[in-house]
Amino acid sequence: MSMELERTKNNSQLPQSAAPLFPADSIPEDLFVPEPVDASLQEQTSGPMKSVWQDAWQRLVKNKGAVLSLFMILLITFLALAGPAMSGRTYDEQNLLFSNLPPKVPGLEWLGFDGIDSKGINQYEVRGVTENFWFGTDEFGRDLWTRVWKGTQISLLIASLAALLDLIIGVAYGGISAFYGGRTDTVMQRIIEVLMGIPNLIVIILFILILEPGIFSIVLAMIVTGWVSMARVVRGQILQIKAQEFVMASRALGASNSRLIVKHMLPNAIGPILVTIMFTIPSAIFFEAFLSFIGLGLQPPLASLGMLIQDGYVAMRYFTYKLVFPGIIISVLMISFNLLADGLRDALDPRMKK
Amino acid sequence: MGAYLLRRLGYMLVTLLVIATATFFLMKMLPGTPFNNDRLNDQQLANMNAKYGLDQPVAIQYLKYMSNLVQGDLGDSYKYVGRSVTEVISERIGPSALIGFQALIVGTLVGLALGVTSALRHNSLLDYTSVTLAVLGMSIPSFIFAALLQYYVGLKWGLLPPALWKGYEYTILPTLALSVTVIATVARFIRTEMLDVINQDYVMTAQAKGLNQRKVIIRHVLRNALIPVVTMLGPLAVNIMTGTLVIEKIFSVPGLGEQFSLSVIVNDYSVIMGITLFYSFLFIFMVFIVDILYGLLDPRINLRGGSQKG
Repeated sequence: MSMELERTKNNSQLPQSAAPLFPADSIPEDLFVPEPVDASLQEQTSGPMKSVWQDAWQRLVKNKGAVLSLFMILLITFLALAGPAMSGRTYDEQNLLFSNLPPKVPGLEWLGFDGIDSKGINQYEVRGVTENFWFGTDEFGRDLWTRVWKGTQISLLIASLAALLDLIIGVAYGGISAFYGGRTDTVMQRIIEVLMGIPNLIVIILFILILEPGIFSIVLAMIVTGWVSMARVVRGQILQIKAQEFVMASRALGASNSRLIVKHMLPNAIGPILVTIMFTIPSAIFFEAFLSFIGLGLQPPLASLGMLIQDGYVAMRYFTYKLVFPGIIISVLMISFNLLADGLRDALDPRMKK
Repeated sequence: MGAYLLRRLGYMLVTLLVIATATFFLMKMLPGTPFNNDRLNDQQLANMNAKYGLDQPVAIQYLKYMSNLVQGDLGDSYKYVGRSVTEVISERIGPSALIGFQALIVGTLVGLALGVTSALRHNSLLDYTSVTLAVLGMSIPSFIFAALLQYYVGLKWGLLPPALWKGYEYTILPTLALSVTVIATVARFIRTEMLDVINQDYVMTAQAKGLNQRKVIIRHVLRNALIPVVTMLGPLAVNIMTGTLVIEKIFSVPGLGEQFSLSVIVNDYSVIMGITLFYSFLFIFMVFIVDILYGLLDPRINLRGGSQKG
């Protein structure tokens, strides 16, 4: 209700309601002062307009866990991109003089970054190393700070690629299946039902075995069955939206199929799609680490979180720091993505609050 | 119900057929050969190939493999001379099954306890703690937990043997490492389900007619909240199978998972295929059982309308 309208209504009511006390003819015309009309106020609504996204954003910001997670993801992503350049060493630069140095950061000695190894010997002093290795070095003297962030970068790259391809295939498959319905849908759903029955771990391992090890084969192996859950989410959403009146209205106005899909269905299905992506990323990070851990991952000297964890695990007893840093980063990443996905789901669909 | 069962059985068979076929052809596409010993000359290699039927056309190999498969014969191992894949699997299944079941039971019980207390003390400190633990347990990869357990409990404090397989106490650490994810998943799921059920009208009715709180919780809330937990069994079983692959490697448990990683390294294709098929069969069977159980436990679910559930 516009303010202007409300005021004019009150004005018009005033003489009537006041009639018994002040008869209309006892107030002369010139006592009435017309309310100034401000044309810019005519379209004003009671509160500022909020889009679905602003609304969801406001709910998300209230969720402390999700905000912290978002911050951690951004921080880790930033370090993964900028970190390898910060130490001035490359991830595959070997120097056996520097092998197995514990982490040392000047000023952070009290946190354990003191260059003292598990036997209580300050390796930097004993070996006369003047440089500092923030996360220590591995057995070939490669700088672990650089390797850990390079590894994070590669793990994130694998996860994002897998999520992106899942998205493309899943949206196309689920969209077509739901939109065309009928026999198309039946056949496509039967295929999905068979695929769903195959444990994705098995498929991933088999594909990794036949493909040359590398970033792209890991991604490929993960999307072979990974898109299925996305396709199911999209199909469910589109089926729901398809039955709604605005789609019928749009169709009645002559909208083409592609316009219906692009302009009406996908924007309305984007919430659940986004949430599915946010859950895909941590599981892709996990699978990469898992594959590296059982020896099916990338080839050295390339680094990924999984490979660093595997290397660190082997040396865990005497060089614990090799396992600690990649372990913490993968854990923080997975927790953050899961919490953010939870938060997003609640924010985008308040009815579905867990 | 009968028709539904048949339909589901049909799907199971088709899925297995697809998996077996895909596995077979993927294995044929694998680079390298299982007999990559440099000391073998051409004649010996040819003899080896002939012995395992690898000299025949792929189509015939496929038909032979499938017909053997139907009879439960998974072929012979390429690496362990004179041993069949079925033998290798049956020797290795014991430890895996033991720690798997233990993890499932421990995980479900602890998860149940955590989830129920957390739902009953909704929004209390206890609730927040258990929710936090659940998020940690679900997010942190199980091999990190395994490494931590092995390092602290096994090596530093020396409370339990850190690895190998020589007695019951050797099963405890692998079981714990495996059950972390199960605990977290079950706790979280139960909490959500209980909170859902507590707000139902029939719970209010039960309270209104003066039933004591314990009875309401056990008879009305928990019973109804437990039904959907059955659906978790499938994903949990998969989770445990995935877990065994790494956890058996970490704790040197002589189980199927360890055998799998070993076979991968030495290109023992027939064993890889056998274990793959075995895992797939277990998985498909679990899902099937879970669906049936779910239908039996919750009469509201109409199994005949199964095609709607996709």
